[in-house]
Parts: sequence; C-alpha cells; structure tokens
Amino acid sequence: MEKTASRQAIRLFLQRYGLLLSYGLVVLVLSLLSQRFLGISNQINILRQASINAIVSIGMTLVILTGGIDLSVGSILALSAVISAALMKNGLAVPWAVLTAFAIGAGLGLINGLMITRGRIPPFIATLGMLTVARGLALMYTQGQPVTGLPPSFRYIGAGTLGSLPMPIVVAAATFIAGIILLRQTRFGEYIYAIGDNVQAARLAGVPTERVVNLVYAFSGFCAALAGLVLIARLDSAQPVIGQGYEFNAIAAVVVGGTSFSGGEGGLPGTLLGALLIETLDNGLNLLNVSALWEQVVKGVVIALALLLYKAIGR
Amino acid sequence: MKPRLKFEHIYKAFPGVQAVRDFSLEAQSAEILALVGENGAGKSTLMNILSGAILADSGRIFLDGEEVMIDSPRRALELGITMIHQELALIPQMSVGQNIFLGREPRLSTLRAMVDWKELYRLAQQELDRLGLKISARDLVQDLTIAQRQMVEIAKALSYKARLIVLDEPTSALSEREIETLFDLMRSLRQHGVTLIFISHRLEEVFAVADRIAVMRDGQLIGVKAANEISRDEVVEMMVGRELKEFFPKANVQRGALVLSVRGLKRGKNLRGINLDLYQGEIVGVAGLVGSGRSELARAIFGADRVEAGKISLNGKEIQLHKPEDAIRLGIGFVPEDRKAQGLFLGQSVRSNIVISLLNRISQLGFIRFKLADELVEKMIRQLNIKTPSVQQRVRNLSGGNQQKVVIARWMSLNPKVLILDEPTRGVDVAAKAEIHALISKLAGQGVSILMISSELLEILGVSDRILVMREGNITAEFSRKEATQEAIMRAATGQVDNQRLSLQSQTV
Repeated sequence: MEKTASRQAIRLFLQRYGLLLSYGLVVLVLSLLSQRFLGISNQINILRQASINAIVSIGMTLVILTGGIDLSVGSILALSAVISAALMKNGLAVPWAVLTAFAIGAGLGLINGLMITRGRIPPFIATLGMLTVARGLALMYTQGQPVTGLPPSFRYIGAGTLGSLPMPIVVAAATFIAGIILLRQTRFGEYIYAIGDNVQAARLAGVPTERVVNLVYAFSGFCAALAGLVLIARLDSAQPVIGQGYEFNAIAAVVVGGTSFSGGEGGLPGTLLGALLIETLDNGLNLLNVSALWEQVVKGVVIALALLLYKAIGR
Repeated sequence: MKPRLKFEHIYKAFPGVQAVRDFSLEAQSAEILALVGENGAGKSTLMNILSGAILADSGRIFLDGEEVMIDSPRRALELGITMIHQELALIPQMSVGQNIFLGREPRLSTLRAMVDWKELYRLAQQELDRLGLKISARDLVQDLTIAQRQMVEIAKALSYKARLIVLDEPTSALSEREIETLFDLMRSLRQHGVTLIFISHRLEEVFAVADRIAVMRDGQLIGVKAANEISRDEVVEMMVGRELKEFFPKANVQRGALVLSVRGLKRGKNLRGINLDLYQGEIVGVAGLVGSGRSELARAIFGADRVEAGKISLNGKEIQLHKPEDAIRLGIGFVPEDRKAQGLFLGQSVRSNIVISLLNRISQLGFIRFKLADELVEKMIRQLNIKTPSVQQRVRNLSGGNQQKVVIARWMSLNPKVLILDEPTRGVDVAAKAEIHALISKLAGQGVSILMISSELLEILGVSDRILVMREGNITAEFSRKEATQEAIMRAATGQVDNQRLSLQSQTV
C-alpha cells in the first residue's frame, strides 16, 4: 500500500515536472559538452531567438486548448508585417502602422473563427485555407519584393534593449504574462478549458461557445501579427516569405509543452518550456558544430526522446 | 464435473469506490445464468474482468477447473470467453463475413499474403447457417437490423469456439419478436453445452430465459437462486436491499403560482404540439418510453434545440429561447441525461464544473473572484454531501453519484426558478440516489419548479406531485400523485398495445 502511494507521488511529480526535468537534462548535457553554452550572453541569445516562436505559440496554445489548430499563423504574420512595413515606409506614423498590423492579424484570425463556428469547417481545413490566401495576398501586395528601411523608432521593438534585455524577450515575456492571466484568472480562460474539454456540455452550461472560439482565433492572429512586427523590426526588412513553417514550430512548442491535442488540458507554462527546449537544442547543436544537414534530425530525435522519457516514467 | 466458470474472492477497487468485493460464484456448463443488480452494483466491472478489459486486484478465476489469467481481451477470446455488449462491436461498412473473421482471415494457399475470400465467405456462411440465421455472409453489416447484428456477434463468438458467452443488456434495442428469437438461440446454445451469462434490467426476461439468477449489490454477491424458486419481488428486494418505499422521500409541498407555461411546442415527430404547465414548488414527472420525445421536450424548454412552433412563457411573460444561455439567464436549469457526454467537464476541477454557469455573476470585468467561487463551491460540497478530497479534484476521479451531484450543484448555485432533470439518477448507486431524491424534494420545498424525466417508474411515482406521460411526441395522459399507478402510466406510454412488454420496464429498478 505504502509503496503504491509513494509511486503515485512520484508519478504525479513527473507528470507535473517531467518537462522541466527533460529541459534540465538537455541543459546539463549541453553545458558539459560546450563551455560557451551556459554563458549569460549565450542564454540571452537563446531567449531572444525563442521569443518570436514563443509569441506565436501563446496564441496557438489557446487555440489548441479549445481543441482546434491554427495553421495560418505564419502567413498572417507575413501579411500583417509587410502591410504595416509598407505603410510606415509611405509615412504613416508608427503607432498607426502597428495598430493596423494588429487589426489585420486579429481580423484574419476572426475570419478563421467564423469559418469554424458559423461555417462548421474543421479548424485544420479552415486555417489551411487561410494559410494559402494570406500568403498569396502578402506576395501580391509586395510583388514579391522585400520592404526595407523601417523607421528607427519602430526598429526599437526588435533591435533595442530594455536595460540589458533585448526587446523581443521583453515583448514575449509581457505577452506570456498577459496570456497566463487571461487563461487562469478570467472567465474567458475558464470558458476556453470548458470548450476544449466538452463543447457540448459547455453549450448546455451556458458558455457562449461560438463567441469564445471566434475570439481565440482572433487572439492567435493577433499574436502572429505581434510576432511579425518584432521580427521585421529586428531584421529591418519585411519579406513576403517570412514566417513560413512557423505554424509547425509553434505547434511543436505547445505539444512538447504538454497541452493535449484533444483540448482542455495543458497551459502556457508548458508551452514556454517547450519553446525554450526547442530553441536550446538549436543553439546547442550550433555550438557543437553539428552539420546543418544533421541538425534537424538530431533536434527531432532529442525532442522525441525527451517526450518519451517523461511520458514513460510518468505513466 | 468441474464448473464451467468459477470466480473466487474477486476484489476490484477504483479511486474512491470498491467496485467488486469478495465475489465468488460458479456457473455450470449448459446453463443460462442471469446476473442482475442496480446500476453501479458491480456487474459491468465483473464482466470487464472476465473479458480481460481490466484486471482484478485480487482473486482467482477458474475455467473448467483450470485457473486462468485473463490479462487481455485477446486472451479471453483464446480461452473461449466472448462478451456481447450493448454497443455492438461490428464494423458497419464491412460485410458480415469480414466481421466474423476480422484479424484472422483465411489465406490463399498459393500466396499467403492474400485473403482467400471464397473460403472466408464459405466458413462464415457455415457459422450463420448453423445458427439457422437467414443472413448472407456477404451482406454489409450496416444493412442489418440491430437484432441481426447481435446474431452475427453470436455467430462470431461461436466461430471462436466460445464456451462462455456474456450478453450485456442484449434486448434493450430489440422488439418483442426479436427478443423471442434471441432467447430461442440462447436456449439452443445451452443445449450445445455453452454457458451463457445474461445481464438485464428487465426481470421479466430474466425469469423467462435464465436457469439461475445471481443478484449483486454494492459489489457483492447477495445471493444465487434457481429461477423457479424465487419470486420477482424477492429479487427486487435483494437488489435494493431494503423495502422500496423508504428511499423516495417526498415532502408535501403546497403548489404555488403558475411559473412555466408551454403551448403548442412542435419539433418534427418528437414534439407534436406539447402543452404543459408547471407551478411553483411543484415536481412534475415525465414518463414515457425512450424515443417518446421526453428528452426533446426538456431540450426545447432549455433552448438547446430549435423548435418549429410553440410558445413558452415564464411567470406570465412570453420568452424567446435561442440558446441555453438565454434559458439560464431567465433562471431555467437543465441536468442532461448523459452526464459524461453533456453535463461534465471530466478533465476539469470540481470547482470549475460547478461555477461554469455562474461565472457571469462572480466575475468583475471578466476576472473571476476566486474567493467567492471557493466559498460557494465549498458550501455546495457540504450541502450536497459531495465526496471529494478538494475543490481542485478532477471530476473524472469522482464516482457516478458524486459526479451527478456536481452537475446538480452547478444548477442549484444559480438559484433557478425552473429546474429540468433528465434521468437524474441514472447510473448512480442506491445511497446517492436517495440523496438526490431528497435534494429534488428540498428544492421544490424552496419554491423551485421541477420537471423530472425518468425511465424508472418507481422514481416517477415516488418523487412527483403530478405525472405526465409522453408517447410519440404527444402528452397522452396526466395523473395526480394519488391516481397514478404503474399500470396506468404504462398503458398511456404504450397506447395499450403491447402492454405486457411494457410492464417489464416498470420492474427496472
């Protein structure tokens, strides 16, 4: 009896902190293999690299918690970024250009939501459509040419620092905190978990299911637009092809972070750790001079192993 | 001769409940043994142990005198144990033959990788013919009736050389004649030496076909008797473990003003112009067969389904219900019939499950006031006697009765004017059932108007002030508490035809 009780305690511990342990293990191994890895500047570098994906992943977490998926984030990121960049170049004040990007991101996200709730199209299909359309619009709008030479005041959010922290980290951290508060402190957050757990029961319990789902996709689009702004501010160039494949990085961070694809289970702390784990691996493999050709393979295998490890012990 | 099946001191616990305790029982070859008991008595757990779906915590199982370890459904099949569930396990898009030989199709002798279809259909037809079934092995399962599918399952079981077949509520979807055919088949299998374990809520059927009857309650075997040595009433008494009257505590309540009024409610063939009045502090029971439109009526009054025509008024004012939100705002609550599929968020906490419908009232600018929520939830847990280690416990880990109380707590905390309950005690144990009945009665005493749908006549008779009976989308009769009898309700529910069959359901406890 006592034995099973302690085993249960271990299991609970691993279920809760298994990802953290996996992350710790990866950090430990990398710091043994490379002396530069643990240095402050390298760690800040990792955080900065991870921040774009982290911002996109925050929106993605909410979407996946409702039991959906958003494949269109990379394209929405690109479209909102190139349009606001072009507006800025044509002399529109930076705040207005930023707001325009947010409006485009949230608006396209809302269209995703409406296709899903009103049109009854499965999220995978609806957002796949948006992926193509938004990317196409970005290419059309720019004629395939990058928009360069952005105002310095705008570039601050990507290239500047607050104290010694690069701005992308600050933006990601702020979004993350806002996301946690949204999910854990508000009615909206409770509704998201309820919908993901059992949408039929949610409706019968009086949850405004359609409105919540619409807003969640709008939020995901907003996060994508925000990530896009940070990205082009850092690069000082908005290309219509940026953000390709970002949906997969974001989905990976969410799922590695323990949020269930079937919805209703998981949360943002896991996603943050997931995004960090993926970026840390990237960084470590770079430091170890692993050939770029092998990098993808090694990264995938290590992520799979980390997941298997904590799932296996956690069972 | 060694018994075909022998359970010895079986125990099985789930978190929070001892599902089976010290269960020992023997079944002979060529015997039909009925296993009866209330929902939650442990029958399903026991049968899941037998079919390898779950493992017992302790205890031994013997088959024809040999101790067996049934650690997977596959192993059970190999041992000749087959289970025929309520939900059939056939693949509708495949042919009967394919289903019978699924996973072990005969192969071509020339090319082992290829299925020998001719041989498969020949063998399958042989199995079907042996049972005297008029089914072609090439028919698609989706084209068969439920009864025929069940026969196919039995044929499949026999093709595995089954020596023990468990039938779990096999008659629930069958017509009278189909039931007779099934019983004939069971009897002929018995003649061939097969042991059949028959699980049913319908005592009439149990007495019609079983040789012996085993009664379970609270995970224990209460007794086994030959079917001709025991009466129906004795079986019922063994099942519930006390006299029936006790556990429907009905407080006498004064009926108040008219609260809810429904006129001409129409929706397809389920609701064909329903009129209904519900007064303050009144409990109205709605009886009727499955499919009579009972649940549709509840859903329509709650705004869960669109209606084609009809008026609903609350306190004399006509109301428009487009979605459940509207009904909740007006003070109408609804406990749906399938709590897992429609009522609960199994992965979320007890707190979340209770406050979900109430968040509008306990939030400020969208932020939840958790202190308020916790106070409220803890009050509900005390009031309803919900057994949970904490408000954070996931609802998945509670027992059926406590889960149901969580759903009821959600609506109670809203102080509704009208509460609709659809099968409020389905699948909960006897003690929780009595508590829920007491609760319903208490709510009515506080002035809540209650509409309670139930398939259990004794529950309807015990709890309601007034009883409505539905049949084919109409309300066909109304009784006061005093006039109502099981027979009268059943006649109204069936339109008098087939009344024999229906009196069976009244025995469902």
